[in-house]
Amino acid sequence: MADTFYNEIINEHNLNPYHKHALKDANFSLEGVNPSCGDDIILNLRVEDGVIVDGAYEGNGCAISQASADIMLDLVIGRTREEALRLSDIFMRMIKSGITDEEKEELEEAGILESISHMPARVKCAVLGWRTLNEMFEG
Amino acid sequence: MTDTDRKIREEFPLLMRDDTIYLDNAATTQKPEQVLDAERRFYETMNANPMRGLYDLSLAATDAYEEARAKVASFIGAGRSEEIIFTRNATEGVNLVAYSYGLHNIKRGDEIIVSVAEHHSNFLPWKNVAAMTGATVRYWDCDEEGRFDPDVLDGLITDRTRLIAITHVSNVIGRINDVAEVARRAHAAGAVVCCDGAQSVPHMRVDVRALDVDFFAFSGHKMYAPMGIGVVYGKYDLLDAMPPFLYGGEMIESVTKERTTYAEVPHKFEAGTVNAAGAVGLAAAIDYVNSYGMDFIESRERELTGHVFDAMKEMPEITVIGSQKSEEHHGIIAFKVEGVHPHDVTAILSDACIAVRAGHHCAQPLHRQIGIMSSTRVSFSFYNNLDEADEFLSAISGVRSRMGL
Repeated sequence: MADTFYNEIINEHNLNPYHKHALKDANFSLEGVNPSCGDDIILNLRVEDGVIVDGAYEGNGCAISQASADIMLDLVIGRTREEALRLSDIFMRMIKSGITDEEKEELEEAGILESISHMPARVKCAVLGWRTLNEMFEG
Repeated sequence: MTDTDRKIREEFPLLMRDDTIYLDNAATTQKPEQVLDAERRFYETMNANPMRGLYDLSLAATDAYEEARAKVASFIGAGRSEEIIFTRNATEGVNLVAYSYGLHNIKRGDEIIVSVAEHHSNFLPWKNVAAMTGATVRYWDCDEEGRFDPDVLDGLITDRTRLIAITHVSNVIGRINDVAEVARRAHAAGAVVCCDGAQSVPHMRVDVRALDVDFFAFSGHKMYAPMGIGVVYGKYDLLDAMPPFLYGGEMIESVTKERTTYAEVPHKFEAGTVNAAGAVGLAAAIDYVNSYGMDFIESRERELTGHVFDAMKEMPEITVIGSQKSEEHHGIIAFKVEGVHPHDVTAILSDACIAVRAGHHCAQPLHRQIGIMSSTRVSFSFYNNLDEADEFLSAISGVRSRMGL
């Protein structure tokens, strides 16, 4: 069986997501959907003085979409909006065109989703959370 | 693998060079040498623009194209060759009927009945006709196993019903619909039937006159023919009264600045240079299927379907969608693995070099009707064998543990 992205990290984030819950005091909230496969998340953030102090998501979908959203929240909580958007830009470029080793290091665990770039049908699953984050901040 | 398995397999170049276990046959089938050779032979020995040239090559191309039409007519039981119109695929065939018949025969206040099991290709063209004419689409719902009750249809038919769109075999759950009964009830109400035969023609004997449908569309590429050639059958009198679909070359009798006379059926529906090599490939595919016989093909596919279905029923984590009887799945089984999204199931199978389909299979209303978003679908051709079926079963039995469940 070929090496895949169904590794322990993805499985763990999918089965035991740390950030999959409601967020009562959220002041940013946006739903992201991939209608063709049924991935559906609602991203909720609490932003204070331009810093993401807390974040969570709810929803349904494939392991890639759910784990990627969980990994993203691990990365962006505690960062400023601008930093989060910059990391999201790196993630998008990783999937679509390619990034440097230094950039990949900045993505921490999210870097393991790099291999998705070879599976066009799964790209939209991997980027769902990140795309929703971008839309939330940039409209 | 039996000797028969091996012999069939050796006729498919892709299957010989690729170790994929190809179980996505409802999407498209692989192509046998006989079909590839026929298409190549057309271009090597008779390539010229059919229908208009007066030289030998063009006449040979025209003959080959028209022989293909006659072969299709007899394959699906049409009364005459002119009732066979070549299109790109089933989708284009239904659109031809929708634009040419639908827009000119369906009026504001009329009603179109569409089964909820339709592939989007026999659903969206009718929504479009309704939007353009002011007609209404009424949906014929199935039960949770995908069964359609004719009494429910009677409740939907009114004196405004003009057309009923129904699939012959569902591309998701593999169930065969009693299209002849639908046609009987439609005709009694003065309506016509547009049937999607994309999943039936490759897998069973089809007789459009016995079904008594008015229009019937299918694709060549799902039955071993090249991509880009399909067929829509229509009853002659209906076709004769319909205006052209596309306008342009090779569909006219005479054109002056003031007045155009269109060609006869079927040519008035085949504007522009036709896909003659594709039609020749489709004819070769029909010869290929007939060389084995549809009964042989059907019995092999039934054996594979039954084998996989029975094994799945023993797996507590698997839910088969649609009928819970093996014989009601015509080469197609859609299923869910408990706790695992269909896209993840399919990706894990792909790691084992097994090709199946995940998603809504272009039938979102049906998925919604039976209460799911999407599913994984395995679909067989007679070139598949029990070894492949067992590898598939072994791979799905390992899906949950691959996901850490």
